[in-house]
Amino acid sequence: MRLLEDNVLDGNAIGGMLIEVFGAEMTTAVGTCGVCGTRGQVAEMAVYQPRLGTVVRCRVCDNVLMVFVAMHGVTCVDLRGLDSLV
Amino acid sequence: MEGTAVRGRLTWQTATVGAVTDETSSVRTLSLVLPGWAGHRAGQHLDIRLTGDDGYQAERSYSIASAPGEPVAITVERLDDGEVSPYLTEDVQIGDEFEVRGPIGGYFVWDGDASDSVPLLLAAGGSGVVPLRAMLRHRSRIGSSVPVRLLYSVRSQAEVIYRSELSSPADGVEVIYTLTRKQPPGWTGYARRVDQKMMAEVAWPVASGPLAYVCGPTNFVEAVASDLVALGYPPQRVKTERFGATGTP
Repeated sequence: MRLLEDNVLDGNAIGGMLIEVFGAEMTTAVGTCGVCGTRGQVAEMAVYQPRLGTVVRCRVCDNVLMVFVAMHGVTCVDLRGLDSLV
Repeated sequence: MEGTAVRGRLTWQTATVGAVTDETSSVRTLSLVLPGWAGHRAGQHLDIRLTGDDGYQAERSYSIASAPGEPVAITVERLDDGEVSPYLTEDVQIGDEFEVRGPIGGYFVWDGDASDSVPLLLAAGGSGVVPLRAMLRHRSRIGSSVPVRLLYSVRSQAEVIYRSELSSPADGVEVIYTLTRKQPPGWTGYARRVDQKMMAEVAWPVASGPLAYVCGPTNFVEAVASDLVALGYPPQRVKTERFGATGTP
């Protein structure tokens, strides 16, 4: 499943983009996985950055928590995989 | 989903290269002049944006190498197939300008205040030493006496970043190397990849309530963090920051 294992980053890497999207420092925000219920800081989540955008996954169950895709200066955000992000 | 408070947006500002220091044959430290810099914490990073003549933009994230209160510096390792690092390590001249935003990150930081007054274990793989160096400099600047051990895994002595600075560490700071590929004649230190036996020898005992910061390539970070947890370190006391193959933190 994880073809790019060596390229897995963590939420630290996307702190700047997250400030752009949310308007606040988010790497210390706590997210709850909508599938397995794991709670963790965004800095600890698994981050994949294929060319098209950014995918954030749960470290425990691999569920996709967040997806960010930027086009023409607009970033589309999908947070469906999270129960909460506070 | 609950929302989060919206604070000030992070804006791009112009940085001017003020000084350039070669650390190794492929690693360079750039000191930046940033008049609008709001200050940073040890361990934070910043984003750099380069814009080509054709308007093409490339963004990269770099750990800040300097302590809070010092001029902002970044240390960049050249990646031969990189888009940004060859410019920053080879072509850049004093006086050059590019865009920067930051500081960024609130997780992989060490402030050295009272709640941080426990033994520190710092573990670096390659250029993962950069944010840990900011923590060491910060410790010196605030006169902290917390005991620190830095385990630095690097392929050879020639690739050690901040070599002279680390060769005379402050009181209470111990630097332990593991040279994973090439060792100088007579080397008696570690000469292998980090493993649990090494971590058991180097890490502070769990009973001392230590705090660990681990930074490096993903596989290094995973190995060290899982070894520390196996030794009894609570996962929340092991802070991690992973570099990808692209060199971004």
